[in-house]
Amino acid sequence: MNYGIVSQEQLEAIEEILSQKLIKLGVDCAIIIDMAGNIITVKDNAKSKYDIYSFAALAAGNFATVDAMAKLVGETEFSLLFHKGQDSNIHFSKIDDELLLITMFGRDISLGFLRLNVVEAIEQIQKVWDRQE
Amino acid sequence: MSFINLKDKVVQVKIVYYGPGRCGKTTNLEYINRKFREQIQSEMVSLKTHGDRTLFFDFLPFHMGQIKGYDIKIQLYTVPGQVKYNATRKLVLKGVDGIVFVADAMEKQREKNIRSLNQLHENLQAYKESIFKIPLVMQYNKVDLKDHGIPVLPISVLQQDLNSRLQVPYFEASAITGYNVAATLKKIISSTVVSIQKKLL
Repeated sequence: MNYGIVSQEQLEAIEEILSQKLIKLGVDCAIIIDMAGNIITVKDNAKSKYDIYSFAALAAGNFATVDAMAKLVGETEFSLLFHKGQDSNIHFSKIDDELLLITMFGRDISLGFLRLNVVEAIEQIQKVWDRQE
Repeated sequence: MSFINLKDKVVQVKIVYYGPGRCGKTTNLEYINRKFREQIQSEMVSLKTHGDRTLFFDFLPFHMGQIKGYDIKIQLYTVPGQVKYNATRKLVLKGVDGIVFVADAMEKQREKNIRSLNQLHENLQAYKESIFKIPLVMQYNKVDLKDHGIPVLPISVLQQDLNSRLQVPYFEASAITGYNVAATLKKIISSTVVSIQKKLL
């Protein structure tokens, strides 16, 4: 059994990336979870109050389901997901086999712009995370 | 895989209630949700079919207090019990730290209990976990039914069927009345936390 232990330094670095790349952009909330539904870290704009623990459990389940669907249609994975609502949207993107970045944002951010920033954030997070091994 | 956050000093522990369909996994969580309301900050999440059967999982986050300065957050999950949902059961088991196997003590469910336990064994193997190593507690549920004249298997038979090789702690219980639900939960939390501590030291 592997235990996920992340150093304080790594977490701070990751939180800084989330703040710089996503929260500054106007994203309501950015969460990193693992595929088992544990929360690694959360950054929000201090306005939104979500029940993040339930959210993480559902998000991990959701992603796992979509992953299983991908295999059924012969894809190795669907690495990103997007849910669109009236006022808020949720974007899911895989960081690596274990980690998922979830971003919640409102109507004032375009999906394309968000995606560009998510890609950059993920590259930076991967570098910090890989230091673990 | 429990997740340990050294910055915020939080340990997240995943405990899964597993067992055959209609054995009382969701009822266990519902009872815990009512009984320990003050320790639970959020609502229980249930993904159900129209017929009230669990479709994906139930989820109940549970705050247990501190150990050595670390906040312990217990996350309780159930799996769907119906035979056809094994793919989903497997997904829920990902990263599990401790398991409660809820067996249905009704005589006519004897076969189903055994089959479900065997499948748990296989599903854990898929994650390179072993049923013999992971913290596990047996719960023989629905023992109250014998008072209503419904044939219930004696504990010795259930032990023989399910626990003769595993030799894990077991409880007779009645999830609907709450009998031994808290005892089962306490036992699995303590075995799981001890096992995580051992792995870390």
